[in-house]
Amino acid sequence: MSKIFAFHGGIHPPENKKQSTRAPIRLAPVPEQLTIPIQQHIGAPAKPCVHVGEQVLKGQMIAEAQGRISVSIHASSSGTITDISPQSVPHPSGLEAPCISIKTDGQDQWIPHQGLADYRSLPPLELINYIRNHGIAGMGGAGFPTDVKLHLGDDHIVNTLIINAAECEPYITADDMLIRERAEQIVGGIEVINYLLNPTHILIGIEDNKAHAIRVLEDALRHTKLNIDIVVVPTKYPSGGEKQLVRLLTGVEVPSGRIPADVGIVCQNIGTVAAINQAVHHGTPLISRIVTVTGGAVGKPQNLEALIGTPINDLLETAQVNHNTLSRLVMGGPMMGFTIEDDAIPIIKTSNCIIAAVKEEMPPAPPSQACIRCGLCEQACPAELLPQQLFWFSKSREFEKAKHHNLFDCIECGACSYVCPSNIPLVQYYRFAKNEIRDEEAEQRKSDQARQRFEARQARLEQAVLDKEIRRKERAAQAAKTQAAKKASSETAAQTPEDNIKQLKTAAAITRTKLKKALSALEAAKADSSDNIAQLDLQYKQAEHAAEEAQKALELAESGIQAPATSVAPDIKQLKTQAAVARTKLKKAQQALKIAEDKGHDGADTLRATVAQLEEKSVAAQLVFANAETDAASSSSSNPLPALKESTDKALGTFKKAEAALETAIANSSPAAEKMKAGVEKLKAKYTEALAAQEAAETLSAPKATEAPAQSFEPQPTARTPADLKALKQNVSIMRTKLKKTETLLASAEADSEQAGELQQEIVRLTQLHKDAKAQLDAEEEGKIKAAAAQGIDLKKLKIDAALARAAVTKLERSIKKAQEAEPAELNALQTELLAAQQQATQFNNTLSQFE
Amino acid sequence: MALIRITSPHVHKPTSTAGIMRLVILATLPGILAMTFFFGWGTLINIVWASALAITFEALCIRARNRPLSFYLRDNSAILTAVLIALALPPFAPWWLTAVAVFVAIVIAKQLYGGIGQNPFNPAMVAYALVLISFPVEMTRWTAPFMLYGEGWNILAFTDTFSLIFGSWVEHADAFTSATPLDEMRHRGGLTTEEAWRASDVLANVGAWHAVSAAYAMGGVLLLYKKIFSWHTPAAFLLSLGGIATFFYIISPDTYADPFFHLTVGGTMLGAFFIATDPVSSATSNKGKIWFGIGIGSLIYIIRTWGNYPDAVAFSILLMNLAAPFIDQYTQPRAYGHKASKRGMKEKI
Repeated sequence: MSKIFAFHGGIHPPENKKQSTRAPIRLAPVPEQLTIPIQQHIGAPAKPCVHVGEQVLKGQMIAEAQGRISVSIHASSSGTITDISPQSVPHPSGLEAPCISIKTDGQDQWIPHQGLADYRSLPPLELINYIRNHGIAGMGGAGFPTDVKLHLGDDHIVNTLIINAAECEPYITADDMLIRERAEQIVGGIEVINYLLNPTHILIGIEDNKAHAIRVLEDALRHTKLNIDIVVVPTKYPSGGEKQLVRLLTGVEVPSGRIPADVGIVCQNIGTVAAINQAVHHGTPLISRIVTVTGGAVGKPQNLEALIGTPINDLLETAQVNHNTLSRLVMGGPMMGFTIEDDAIPIIKTSNCIIAAVKEEMPPAPPSQACIRCGLCEQACPAELLPQQLFWFSKSREFEKAKHHNLFDCIECGACSYVCPSNIPLVQYYRFAKNEIRDEEAEQRKSDQARQRFEARQARLEQAVLDKEIRRKERAAQAAKTQAAKKASSETAAQTPEDNIKQLKTAAAITRTKLKKALSALEAAKADSSDNIAQLDLQYKQAEHAAEEAQKALELAESGIQAPATSVAPDIKQLKTQAAVARTKLKKAQQALKIAEDKGHDGADTLRATVAQLEEKSVAAQLVFANAETDAASSSSSNPLPALKESTDKALGTFKKAEAALETAIANSSPAAEKMKAGVEKLKAKYTEALAAQEAAETLSAPKATEAPAQSFEPQPTARTPADLKALKQNVSIMRTKLKKTETLLASAEADSEQAGELQQEIVRLTQLHKDAKAQLDAEEEGKIKAAAAQGIDLKKLKIDAALARAAVTKLERSIKKAQEAEPAELNALQTELLAAQQQATQFNNTLSQFE
Repeated sequence: MALIRITSPHVHKPTSTAGIMRLVILATLPGILAMTFFFGWGTLINIVWASALAITFEALCIRARNRPLSFYLRDNSAILTAVLIALALPPFAPWWLTAVAVFVAIVIAKQLYGGIGQNPFNPAMVAYALVLISFPVEMTRWTAPFMLYGEGWNILAFTDTFSLIFGSWVEHADAFTSATPLDEMRHRGGLTTEEAWRASDVLANVGAWHAVSAAYAMGGVLLLYKKIFSWHTPAAFLLSLGGIATFFYIISPDTYADPFFHLTVGGTMLGAFFIATDPVSSATSNKGKIWFGIGIGSLIYIIRTWGNYPDAVAFSILLMNLAAPFIDQYTQPRAYGHKASKRGMKEKI
């Protein structure tokens, strides 16, 4: 006898085995209806190979093994297939699963069958397949397909075969009775397995509470040549657990998450061994098994050989169940079995026991109390876990910690629950935690897969975009090359700026058009006194701005090109245009303002501001133009005289004025006299300079000193009126300046009271003078307007008309410019138009000048 | 036939938490008898008084926490705590001292932490440590063993004891009070152990303490036999204490008390079999329990010898209660099929 290695923990629940071993195994009667699930094993369900209405014989295959891990199903008795549909099956979940229903004919007629004459002559693979086709699956509890285990010799070195006859669960005696009555079948089965696996040791593990069975087995083993050891192990639950039995018999532990074959061990349940014997030697597929029917509610506890598919109720009736006292129906043992609610559920290949318990045997669990960490569970755990820690972790859903405390090494034997003084349903907590973790992992896998798919797709899309970009770049490079080649072939590199100007011109034209549109819209809106005037106004201003920008850009470009080529003349031209444009704008704005004012519009104020701005701009532009013209005139050196003369005149004027002021100041004994004197000296110097320059110029180009350019937009000043008016205006401004100066002096001399008084007097005098001058000017102007009115002409209107005419001229000039470049055909018409417009403008100007 | 769906297992061992508590209480009986025999009725009166208080406090707390009253009261855990407190307190401890101790144990150390099974510290020891620090005079005023004090067994009458506990302390007190042997050993001045043994009356009567310790050990062995607790904690506790004591005794017998003295006086035996084995506040695994016991034994010797308190069972146990969760993390057993035991709370990444 081999040495026994103890395993940790374990419990000694009441055995309750004696009740069912008194009577021999009886054949259960053939039921009227057999319900045979197509999956009674671990792995893939078998595929039905019969149809409803078909007659089948006992032992006929009705469902075929599918895939690597699967076994076939056979008809347990002869009869007719009545149904193939989901029905209640023995499973803890209580769910339904596909079953084949057979209405038995009572004949129990066998299909022709015979065993193998000499299985040793068959190659192992064929023998394994034979076993698979005879529907052999583990009969101990899990129902693992036996052929798969017998196949293990291929990739594992199997040195130990363990036959599990421990039957450690209370109540169950099916294996015990099998050994007692059919030991020779067991020996025969072991020989078959030995042939397939060829192990060095064969051990039969059996608990010491089966003395009778041990004796019988020892006798039977005398008839075999094989060296088989019967290892009697102490009765302790769960010594029949595969891992525990391996440890008990060999001292080796099955590594966590591995199978015994990984350490060279194969375990077979003793019932399975007998079934293999029946299949190999008699050709009988697995269609019946020994079931222990026991429990307090059963009148005659016993072992019955029942056909697979027999409803449980038939067996219970055979064992004379008392339905009145029956409180719990358990399939399997009390430690790991499951309750069934429906007694029509059939017996399957793994059903080793049915316990019809009365209430006293299996009382409902009392309410669980708090865990006091007594550690009894730890002492009982055969997997050497810390059940109470696992309990805390499961309860608080700390699954990570539970996993770390080896939750998945728990075999759910129930030993911890059994010993728990606080009646905590520990196993249920572990099942819950395991399921939660499995669900989580499944979810994790799913989401990982989804993420991977998503990332792959994203990468694909990105690659596609990149490829596109690369292709685009290649094309662009190609195009650039061709372009470069073309350019190289064309002669002028200077073409580009000209092109640029063209573009700029177009852009400027576009913006102008836009500006016009905006203006017309604005006017229309004003006419309708619409609400969106402000908006339109804004749009107009924007457009104006854009137009100016465009124009500027254009001018810049033009000047850029033309500057080196020609003199400043074009610049002047542009400035002229600019000035004209500014004027036009001013006029337009004034017009708009007038309209608005006439209509009493709200927007009049803004318009007024705009007008003021434009006025400024216009004046500025005019000034710039004038300056430029003067500069051009002087710098061209062809005709510097007028400018020089002008500057000399100016200098003289200023000097004289200053002198006059000085004299006045001296006469009034003003304290600023000295300063003024210095200023006068400076001015005098300037005048002398200017005079010298003029004289020099006169001597240089005397004959050329003629009139100003023939054409000018400015009205030709008539001799009389402007001079008069100008002088008056000048007078007024001089008075104003003086007055201001004196006021400033007064402010600074405030401290000195004597001087202050004098200054005060001076101011009064100057104010009077200023007033007089202004009155004179006003009178003059009024006179002019009156004179015009007398001729039936509104001076204001006339002014506007003149401006409009000028603007029209400018426009036409521009059009002509454009036409010169683009449409020469229209050029003539435009030129005629321009002439007409110019004439009109001149006319207006002349009329206007009469009054100014 | 109304069948129900219940998952396995379908049978349970007929044990209960209440039964375990009851058994532990019963196991204190030899100790109670010895205490009564040597130190008078005070112990018994204290046990009854403490139990009544404990049940009252427990009931009030359970009611306040809206828990089923009888379901929790029936678990006997409050009574066990009360008995242990009463055994640890001096036999003539005034009634209010016991009341304070029981209040601290039941209300603060147990119920405020969530009731049975939730307390990180042993309630009786929390209470003992608290009253020891708060009321040192009452706590160190022990009684001289009656039997060995006078001539023959001259126990104080029950009524006198009752009035002593519930009445005024001062009148009768001095006749009976005395220090404990551990006090004598701790505060022996410059005497060697040998001289102390000769000089002290209390140490002369140390036999009473030995007897009480033996009684506690008897109860402990009973519980061990009944598998209420495993041998790991008491064995590690007593062996480490005895081992350290032996070591120092061999080094210097004059300076250090002998190991037998350490093991058989004070709260050593009560602590080893009834307090340290309290599963709620101790380490979980067998390996952990051994470390837990070693910790307690070592701390007791260290505090007794070099600390300020003559006895240190309560402090040592409380300190190791504190360390228990940590010990648990590093003393997981090697599970079946695993090469090595795991550590910590999570997988190392």
